[in-house]
Amino acid sequence: MTTQYTADHEWVRAEGDVHVIGVTDHAQQQLGDVVYVDLPAVGRTFAAGEALGEIESTKSVGELFAPADGEIVEVNDDVASDPTLVNQDAEGAGWLVKVRFASEPELLDAAAYQATLS
Amino acid sequence: MPPSHATPLQTPLEARHVAAGAQLTEFGGWMMPLRYGSDLAEHAAVRERAGLFDLSHMAELRVRGAEAGAFLDHALSGRLSALEHGQARYTLLLAESGGILDDLIVYRLGETEWLVVANAGNRDVVVAALAERVAGFDATVVDETEEIALVAVQGPASQAIVEAIGLESEPLDELRYYRVVEAIFEGEDVLVARTGYTGEDGFELYVPAHAAEDLWDALVRVGAPLGLVPCGLAARDTLRLEAGMPLYGHELSVDTLPAQVGVGRSVALRTKGAFVGREAVEAGPAEDAPVLVGLVAEGRRAGRAGYAVVDGDAEVGVVTSGALSPTLGHPIAMALVRPGHSGSLAIDVRGTRIPVSIVDLPFYRRQERA
Repeated sequence: MTTQYTADHEWVRAEGDVHVIGVTDHAQQQLGDVVYVDLPAVGRTFAAGEALGEIESTKSVGELFAPADGEIVEVNDDVASDPTLVNQDAEGAGWLVKVRFASEPELLDAAAYQATLS
Repeated sequence: MPPSHATPLQTPLEARHVAAGAQLTEFGGWMMPLRYGSDLAEHAAVRERAGLFDLSHMAELRVRGAEAGAFLDHALSGRLSALEHGQARYTLLLAESGGILDDLIVYRLGETEWLVVANAGNRDVVVAALAERVAGFDATVVDETEEIALVAVQGPASQAIVEAIGLESEPLDELRYYRVVEAIFEGEDVLVARTGYTGEDGFELYVPAHAAEDLWDALVRVGAPLGLVPCGLAARDTLRLEAGMPLYGHELSVDTLPAQVGVGRSVALRTKGAFVGREAVEAGPAEDAPVLVGLVAEGRRAGRAGYAVVDGDAEVGVVTSGALSPTLGHPIAMALVRPGHSGSLAIDVRGTRIPVSIVDLPFYRRQERA
């Protein structure tokens, strides 16, 4: 189960025929304490680059961008009720949405993503 | 304001911040700690126990001379000549237009000596304005910003912490709010002021830059057992916002007159004569000029600086600062709003209208000491 990344500081992991998406640990560190997460409705279809949701911290707002065309199949209700999960475990329990991609996302492997940070 | 230096300046405490894992950010021409870990935890520590802040980016200008008091009365909005030795005052540097060039804390340190503390981002503006306005007065202005470090201890436990570092000083219990006293820390001259920008009791310690690390280490050593944690600019901003304190570049600007933004009392119209900006302040803002208000909302989505304040379909103002209040648990904002609106206002939060109510500032007021 390989985790891949986007240049927008999101991670993407295949889980059967769906993909789980969240923000990276680096992203949550940059945001600071997350106090509100706005997630899309299940069933919503989206195009690559569209904003799927918002992650608000005390100091700023981050957007969750769609890495490819697709459809929302599940959202993380735990994160909606406890946004601090994003800070505690951004790349695990703090996942945000599960999607079914209709096109192939362009993703980075861990090393390539790390390289964008330095 | 744009930073005045191409490369950000480093505070004398930068190594301490890096060692503590701080996330650094450029602010006012300096690299400053934004947060060490959780900014909510840092905010809560100041409200409940104590927080430690490096504010060495703030500009310190020493004003001396037989006519230093008269010069400051001419150059700034307050009647600084009337301060007693050891007294501090919040005051403004006004343009001839009456607009605010910076907000300042001025301490009187002696018969002919004052210390002016300015915002880092306005340092060049303040230095230039004072250099121009001092002409004709028997007084000098010296920019000592990089020789002086400023460390603040804020929160209910702050007195116990500052007392425990072994200052040679008058008893801090006798140091009242907005007073300053000269003290000695490990052989170094230190100014201990009961001032701050958090809405809590607290102290600001002005120390020679070369002694800053020793002071910081001593405060951490005695403070940690009392719950003191280092705090970054993120917590400082939410603390001052809850306390309804304006921030230059947000609530205050050269385009706002003091009366619009709740700092009209800092202009000594009745107790002194001519000073820069007097005519414009006396004439007052235009009748339809926006005024600063406090706004609160329900839920957790905060209006942020730059978001529109709307009344029905009409845009009637703009948010100057906003956040989900860590202490209160609901969104708060300060906004410049034009008079004559219906009172049923909303903030346009990226396309969603969040209804808001106007409230008196501050949003948060500490319990007074028993």
